[in-house]
Amino acid sequence: MECQECHERPATLHFTKVINGDKTEIHVCEQCAKEKGYVSYEEEAYSLHDLLSGLFNFESSSLNEQKQSSFTPEKTLKCSKCGMTYEEFTHVGKFGCASCYHTFSDRLNPIFRRVHSGNTTHDGKIPKRKGTDIHQRKQLLDLKKELQQLIKNEEFEKAAHTRDEIKALERHLNHDQGEGEW
Amino acid sequence: MSLEKFMNEAISPWMKEEGPDSDIVMSSRIRLARNFEDIPFPIIANKDELEEILAMMKNNFQQKSFKNYHDLEFVKMIDLKTIEKRVLVEKHLISPHLAEKSDLGAVLISENEQVSIMVNEEDHLRVQLYFPGFQLEQALEHAFEMDDWLEEKIDFAFDENRGYLTSCPTNVGTGLRASVMMHLPALAITQKINRMIPAINQLGLVVRGIYGEGSEALGNIFQISNQVTLGRSENDIINDLKSVVQKLIEQERKARQMLGDQRAVQLEDRIFRSYGVLEHSRIIESKETAKCLSDVRLGIDMGYITNVSRTILNELMILTQPGFLQQYAKESLSPQDRDVLRASLIRERLNLENSY
Ligand SMILES: [Zn+2]
Ligand SMILES: [Zn+2]
Repeated sequence: MECQECHERPATLHFTKVINGDKTEIHVCEQCAKEKGYVSYEEEAYSLHDLLSGLFNFESSSLNEQKQSSFTPEKTLKCSKCGMTYEEFTHVGKFGCASCYHTFSDRLNPIFRRVHSGNTTHDGKIPKRKGTDIHQRKQLLDLKKELQQLIKNEEFEKAAHTRDEIKALERHLNHDQGEGEW
Repeated sequence: MSLEKFMNEAISPWMKEEGPDSDIVMSSRIRLARNFEDIPFPIIANKDELEEILAMMKNNFQQKSFKNYHDLEFVKMIDLKTIEKRVLVEKHLISPHLAEKSDLGAVLISENEQVSIMVNEEDHLRVQLYFPGFQLEQALEHAFEMDDWLEEKIDFAFDENRGYLTSCPTNVGTGLRASVMMHLPALAITQKINRMIPAINQLGLVVRGIYGEGSEALGNIFQISNQVTLGRSENDIINDLKSVVQKLIEQERKARQMLGDQRAVQLEDRIFRSYGVLEHSRIIESKETAKCLSDVRLGIDMGYITNVSRTILNELMILTQPGFLQQYAKESLSPQDRDVLRASLIRERLNLENSY
């Protein structure tokens, strides 16, 4: 598909833009996207570039990745916990709180990859107390899967037993969370 | 106050010990960045939230001891004079950021000054641990235990996929910055270091001068540290750093031997000229001080100078900085006055050495 602006280069960015309530499909090359102002995050990338000397400067590879999530440029991502928007994050180069990581999750991989030699997932120490929590949550997920399987197989007696186990584990997890407060 | 007493208080106790490879490696440091789960990071948190963290750290950890790190002293930035903060920065116990930007910042410092926990810096907590010489593994081991000890009281912001969550994306994951401070005079004199730095950067490690601005390394003191914190285990990070430091130690020793074999007179001349400057000058600025101290320390390590203790470089690099000079003088000094006091303090320090 060729770029709808210059009709020269191949379109590498595809997204839906909403103008006065009408959805329009946009297919442009990166250069035109920049020149015609289709992509707001380009500016964000530049301000970050200034602040963090290129750490966040998106390369074409990361642009390609973003296109797949078919974003709408008008929509602002905002952390419900601390109120920081994605735009603010890219300007400051710092997260506002732990929840920001979840809110901006879809857009973080390209940034992490650049900063951390291609890595996006933690592979180190796990908190001692919370670690057991993580372990138990995984166990809970496994049990729930097992329960569904048992119900499907109509093994109701076993299913009832597993349900009790799940309840006990859930109680335990909730209790632990309560204790963690201060 | 006598210089001897002032110095005893100014130099952290752990610095007086000699660690492994201390002819080249001055110190090893582990820093862990940690945050409270339910409170916004300092960049965006309000006053009440930051006060809550201060209170929590004070109530739970003030005067507490962990292993051989005794009686953590809790100090609020707001209670310190500018000069006092500067002294803590020059001792590397707090960062310039904490001293200058964190009104609601504080620090917990162990009696031996090996541990410092910065509170409300860029992250809620920055746990730092220093060891003399080349001891990254021991430092990491203790830092981990310290981390577990803190976690008994604190719910850290942690995500299964992203690890320990930090304010800056450059620290996420392990939150670990491991660094080693090295004295590399022979690699600097032979200009080999300039060629080695790009190669080290390629490995994801950062090399920078610890004193001085930009790429300049005053006193030929370099800090090597990891850049990547996500997707690698703490032990892997430390091992990478260790192997590069080992290479640098090897290369530095080779370069020293080469200098001693091939340019012995020139080297001896350089060392004793610098010794003379330190012993006799009446006005000396910090840049020249650093150069001369580096030469004298090299002279000690290579056996040209025998009557001066090895810790002199570490000690005087710290003592001759503006904050310490002004604390010693008990008043703020103009740069010119500092240069005069610096020269006299160095002379006195060397006299002290000869009287032992
Ligand atoms: Zn185009
Ligand atoms: Zn947030």
